[in-house]
Amino acid sequence: MLSAQTLVVAAGEAHNPILPETPDLVWGGISFLVILFLFWRVALPRMQKMLDERAEVIEGGIKKAENAQAEAAAALEEYNKQLADARAEAAKIREQARTDATRIGKEVTAQAQADADRITAQAQVQIEAERQSALVSLRSEVGSLAIDLASGVIGESLTNDKKASAIVDRFLSDLEADEQSKAGK
Amino acid sequence: MHPLAAASGSSGGFQGPSIDEFFPSVLLFAGTPFEITRITLARFLAIVLLILIFWLGTRRMKLVPGRFQSVVELGLGFVRGNVGDDILGKKDGRRFLPILTTVFFMVLFFNLTGVIIGVNIAGTSTIGVPLILAVVAYVSFIYAGVKKHPGTFFRNALVPPGVPWFLYIIVTPIEFVSTFLLRPITLTLRLLMNMIVGHLLLVLFFSATSFFFFESGNLFALFGIGTVAFGFAFTLFEIFVGVLQAYVFSLLTAVYVQLALNDEH
Repeated sequence: MLSAQTLVVAAGEAHNPILPETPDLVWGGISFLVILFLFWRVALPRMQKMLDERAEVIEGGIKKAENAQAEAAAALEEYNKQLADARAEAAKIREQARTDATRIGKEVTAQAQADADRITAQAQVQIEAERQSALVSLRSEVGSLAIDLASGVIGESLTNDKKASAIVDRFLSDLEADEQSKAGK
Repeated sequence: MHPLAAASGSSGGFQGPSIDEFFPSVLLFAGTPFEITRITLARFLAIVLLILIFWLGTRRMKLVPGRFQSVVELGLGFVRGNVGDDILGKKDGRRFLPILTTVFFMVLFFNLTGVIIGVNIAGTSTIGVPLILAVVAYVSFIYAGVKKHPGTFFRNALVPPGVPWFLYIIVTPIEFVSTFLLRPITLTLRLLMNMIVGHLLLVLFFSATSFFFFESGNLFALFGIGTVAFGFAFTLFEIFVGVLQAYVFSLLTAVYVQLALNDEH
């Protein structure tokens, strides 16, 4: 007990736990600097870098998914647009075909009509021509017949007489005029 | 204690731990400012552990963490979230994170050397480390305040506006003592005394156990069972105190910095 008491007294003189001793501060300070360097320059920057990369990867994943969705939406849009275009195209072609058919029908009808008219006109011209030629030949024949007949009746040849010919013509003209006036009534 | 001493007979009786526990014999460099004792060695061990865990543990960090990296991230994330971001906010929390992380893990690991078997002394149980860390906290919050409110920081701290002029006779000394004297002193002593008392308790329990088992009579060995149980319980308690003090120290550092940044009163 005595030795313990002297020890306590000695300790009270020599050592006060509140008073720092130089080596304690020196090694404490060095420890602090080493650990500060460890965290400030090594551990925390590495941690921060990794966290940034992790955040980037997560954000990148979200972005990628969004992009894929946007692409899909765009493809759908494009597909729908093409479908609508194709439908419009088909409708246009049908419309065109209908118009064409109508037009061709009209043309064909008009052509046929024109042909018919032309043929009719040709036929009439021909008939007229033949009638004229028949008329002319008939007139000359009737004239000679009448002169022959008159020659026979009056016993005298009128054949070479110009006068006779003129008379016959006049007679025939009168006859025509008479017929025409009859027809006019 | 007297009957126990009598029972021990020839061995000189039971000796409780004294304050000399914290002034162990010098092992190396005696007489220089670089004297090394077993407390210094305990600090070296803590530093080696810190370097092993946080240097190697962050060397190849993967985006998808393994088990060890998860633990490292948990530790660093605790200080970043519960101390830095919660108290100081995102921006200032990042600025002061190196200091806060250093304070937290230095106190934690130095405290825990007190319960490592074969070391059994906390690196924070002499005043050097608590005092240096308190100075770091002190410098940090004054730096933060002066940087944020140049020219007005000390005036706002000592002569808060909005107080009737005659009250300054009372207010200014109180503010000075509480802000610029008591903060570093309480930071230092809270940690130091926790560690000193914790160590003394453990030494008391285990040396008493040893005494009961090996030096006193058979009947007193029963007491030894009780003291070893208490020793074990207080070892667990010391682990809890070590973690708590590390948290409190870094948290108070952050709070002081935050008060200095917001010093508008």
